[in-house]
Amino acid sequence: MKSNILIIGAGISGVSIAYNLAKKGVKDIHVIDRGYFTNGATGRCGAGVRQQWATESNCILAKMSIDFFEHAKEILEYDGDLEFKQEGYLILATTKEEHEQFAKNVLLQNKLGIPSKQLTKEQALKIVPHLNPDAFMSATFCQTDGHLNPFKMTEAYYLAAKKLGVHFSFYEEVLNIKTENKKIVEVITNKQTYQVSKVVNAAGGYAKEIGDMVGIDIPVYSENHEILATEPIEKIQGPMVMSFSKNIYCQQVPHGAFLMGRGNPNALKNHDVESSWQFLDDMAKTVVDIMPLIGNLRVIRQWGGSYNMSLDRQPIISDTDQLEGFYMACGFSGHGFMFAPMTGLLLSEIILKEETTVDMTSLSMNRFNNEDIKSIEKSVV
Amino acid sequence: MNKKDIIICRCEDVTLQQIHDLLDQGYQSFEDLKRLLRVGMGPCQANTCGHLIQKEISQYFNLKIEDVPIHKVRPMTMGVLLKMIAEDQKNEK
Repeated sequence: MKSNILIIGAGISGVSIAYNLAKKGVKDIHVIDRGYFTNGATGRCGAGVRQQWATESNCILAKMSIDFFEHAKEILEYDGDLEFKQEGYLILATTKEEHEQFAKNVLLQNKLGIPSKQLTKEQALKIVPHLNPDAFMSATFCQTDGHLNPFKMTEAYYLAAKKLGVHFSFYEEVLNIKTENKKIVEVITNKQTYQVSKVVNAAGGYAKEIGDMVGIDIPVYSENHEILATEPIEKIQGPMVMSFSKNIYCQQVPHGAFLMGRGNPNALKNHDVESSWQFLDDMAKTVVDIMPLIGNLRVIRQWGGSYNMSLDRQPIISDTDQLEGFYMACGFSGHGFMFAPMTGLLLSEIILKEETTVDMTSLSMNRFNNEDIKSIEKSVV
Repeated sequence: MNKKDIIICRCEDVTLQQIHDLLDQGYQSFEDLKRLLRVGMGPCQANTCGHLIQKEISQYFNLKIEDVPIHKVRPMTMGVLLKMIAEDQKNEK
């Protein structure tokens, strides 16, 4: 089959890239995915969207994405409910070092137009009264951060892209990519062969394997991050509560359930997405320490998902001089969902050789050629 | 009986009509339906709707029921209080 552009991965990045390209008039776009709807990282994420980052490029991507989410329902003409709520992220500082780092973060964020602020313990307790006052020192808060339903947001992009003529195929997996003279010739899947010269690698946890198929060593790896959901209750918590030092994020979604997750410092570099009792033990201890009241909720389900980690915890949104027509949107390090509107916009600009909306230096593949990476994002759970 | 009045998922109040609407749109599996309708995400974890939906999918696509995959079973088997998990591990060796 002839195709103009083949996008590998129908997660939030893939559908956003497809939508942005189709909106600019590109025809014959195919998006394929190896599994069911949102089977990968998008459908496994914690449903948070935040702008409180420590690197300039992450702040800009997040802020401009939030600006899009505020109007996404109208722009994409979506009939469903995206469950977008802007009740903030409350990020706890538990040490003096963290408090000082957050002061710097807030300065950077404010400079870039993000309305975050540093709060005293008393001010934080007014926003989330069930916080344990002994568990933290101070906090930062940004009202316009919040929650967005990953399934619904992906469906909104998916339906809008379909309406613009994009072809989607699920349960279709790439087996091989043929190249000749540094150009892409064919993509062979378990269902058919595409004659195509442009390929977008939006394969999430499997982005490295797609790179390997064309001999490009993408410096990313995947690791399992686990998460759980409780029974739903009436609303008691507005913002996402988060702590990097205590390793937790925890929010009540509009449906009523609490979602909470944490990273495992000993996670192996692989594609494991299973659940462990160790996570459940550590998660329960951590949340009961920070918010004892939440201990009264029943866990009803736990799961895992891949973070596709890059060396500096910032995404790779880039072409490459190693292979013409090969584009990447990967290495989001757990934050691909909240950056998706910008991922789609920027990669469509790169593919169509337009001037990019923001400077792409810190998102390009080439940044890893330098011996020392300039800024590493530390605000990651 | 009207499909709008037949509840398939009792935890999340999902009707047979909603299931058929999504199958009409091209979704194929329990996992697809779960993510868009929340079937199987409630306290019973698909113990009620799982087999009902498996049967619906088998009839809709004219497949043998054993060829329709059931949902991914995830822990917990039943709801457990977070504070019990946090406190009881103190006594473990």
